[in-house]
Amino acid sequence: MLMSSQKSRNGNLRMNMLTKAALIGLVLTTAACTRPDRFGGAGDGAGAGAFDPNAAANANLGGANDPTSPLFFNQTIGDRVLFAVDTSTLTEQGKQILTGQARWLLANADYLAIIEGHADEVGTREYNIGLGFRRANAVREFLVSQGVPSDRLRVTSYGKERPIEICSDESCYAKNRRAVTVISIASLS
Amino acid sequence: MLKRLTILMMALVLSGPALAQSGPLRLVITDGVIEPLPFAVPTFEAENGEAVQVASDISRLVAQDLSGTGLFREVPASAFISQHSSFAQTVVYPDWRAINAQALITGAVFVSGNQMTVKFRLYDVFSGAELGGGLQFAGTVDGWRRMGHKVADAAYSRITGESGYFDSRVVFVAEAGPKDNRQKRLAVMDYDGANLKYLTDSGSIVLAPRFSPSGDRVLYTSFESGFPRINVLDVASVGRQQITTADGEMAFSPRFSNDGRQVIYSLANGGNTDIYRTDLVTGANSRLTEAPSIETAPSFSPDGSQIVFESDRSGSQQLYIMSASGGEPRRISFGEGRYGTPVWSPRGDLVAFTKQNAGRFHIGVMRTDGSEERLLTASFLDEGPTWSPNGRVLMFMRETQGAGGTSSLYSVDISGRNLKPVPIQGGASDPSWGPLQP
Repeated sequence: MLMSSQKSRNGNLRMNMLTKAALIGLVLTTAACTRPDRFGGAGDGAGAGAFDPNAAANANLGGANDPTSPLFFNQTIGDRVLFAVDTSTLTEQGKQILTGQARWLLANADYLAIIEGHADEVGTREYNIGLGFRRANAVREFLVSQGVPSDRLRVTSYGKERPIEICSDESCYAKNRRAVTVISIASLS
Repeated sequence: MLKRLTILMMALVLSGPALAQSGPLRLVITDGVIEPLPFAVPTFEAENGEAVQVASDISRLVAQDLSGTGLFREVPASAFISQHSSFAQTVVYPDWRAINAQALITGAVFVSGNQMTVKFRLYDVFSGAELGGGLQFAGTVDGWRRMGHKVADAAYSRITGESGYFDSRVVFVAEAGPKDNRQKRLAVMDYDGANLKYLTDSGSIVLAPRFSPSGDRVLYTSFESGFPRINVLDVASVGRQQITTADGEMAFSPRFSNDGRQVIYSLANGGNTDIYRTDLVTGANSRLTEAPSIETAPSFSPDGSQIVFESDRSGSQQLYIMSASGGEPRRISFGEGRYGTPVWSPRGDLVAFTKQNAGRFHIGVMRTDGSEERLLTASFLDEGPTWSPNGRVLMFMRETQGAGGTSSLYSVDISGRNLKPVPIQGGASDPSWGPLQP
């Protein structure tokens, strides 16, 4: 069962979930994306989304062949879409992936998703955070248009702070200009 | 460019009251190429045995500070005719004229336990007169660098007529690790890279710290919760608290007002980013921009009446100025390329910025009406200028290209001269230069 959307917006999501000891943050399967500080470190827990990094590291992503598993979502459906330079417009390929994400989210109603927007390194820090928000929001709006309840989705932006590819040319930049849908369990009860 | 440089530097030299009274002691400028003013610093007199080491160290630091500006050049001790080993002795001006030392700085140090005093005098060699009166500073031996910086600030100020910037600190982000797993934590150091101290651990991403006008607090953006939020940190106690911003979350790019009471920042709501203001005393929030574009990187004018910021409302990042209460902004940047991270100078006349054009990044300055744009640097990635307390120098981040790319801090005069790295162990980004310390 889902926490109420109001709590999610007000930043109480984490507290509610943790009191039920039911929260497991699930992270991407690629090695580059499983840093323990992905959702912030072992902080003061002031905000929603400050998922316990240890829980995330031990998370059960399920089997790759289980279509209801987050691993299936990450690997088979695709957890990310890419963007052209300085844009937040979804490509046709991106929309196909997101259509699949929406279907999965509708079929697996126990999961929430945090959509993380990212930018390449060619840009100033503050602007790239704003650009990442635009990208994450473009994904969110598409998923909502496909029927996913908006209270199951949250957006954040890391700007240019979390590249997955580190060379300084377009082959890397293209992969860093992304929005990643990170699945998490809303409740095990 | 050269013409403008000449005018700029002449203004620097001639505008000061000290110089108006002191005749020939000035920086000599010919055809826009500045001949640094030669000065001599005989090793300060040690008034007791305990003071020998620190007297020597302070003399070297004063010389380093002045030479480091690019405006002064030290005459080495090996050229001295007089040694001037006693602070009280009469200056033999012909001996200093003969080696073309235009300014002579003398001093004496007394140490008692961890307490010390430093006395200093500045002489205009060619006028044959002292420039300003003698000064004395007292402090701890541990804090000897600050006293050296204070001596250098006084000498700089008397010769140029401008306030100095040596006794100041810089807060920045210390970086370690590869690009795809970079660890970031807040750190503070003296302007010259000495006395580095970490203020946070590297458990989560921290960005863009900004000193309060008095240097007692630091605003910064933290990703501790997974969402960007604004924290304020007390520098002395290292105590932290989250600032309650409008809507409470996804806030970044904060900066203080000049009375330290207001914070202006960006708030992201859905895909849209606008500029807001929060009063730290009353907690009142107000929204200053209302546009579907990205509005970010706000910076107050020194009198607090206006805000310069960047927006991509025209289709690309450009600089705008609006009233501090919001309202219709006017665009000030019209050159080629994109302009971001504007910072109003402490003198009020210039805006420093990051410019991105034709695959290169630049640090530049322009007047507040957008005229007289000058680019001071160029590299793969130069970003985020911050002003020295006297508005004469900019510090910024330079990041190198490629998979092994790292960030470091550089400084450059607003004339574009004297570009140099700030010596720091490890990577560094996002500097914010604090005030001259009391």
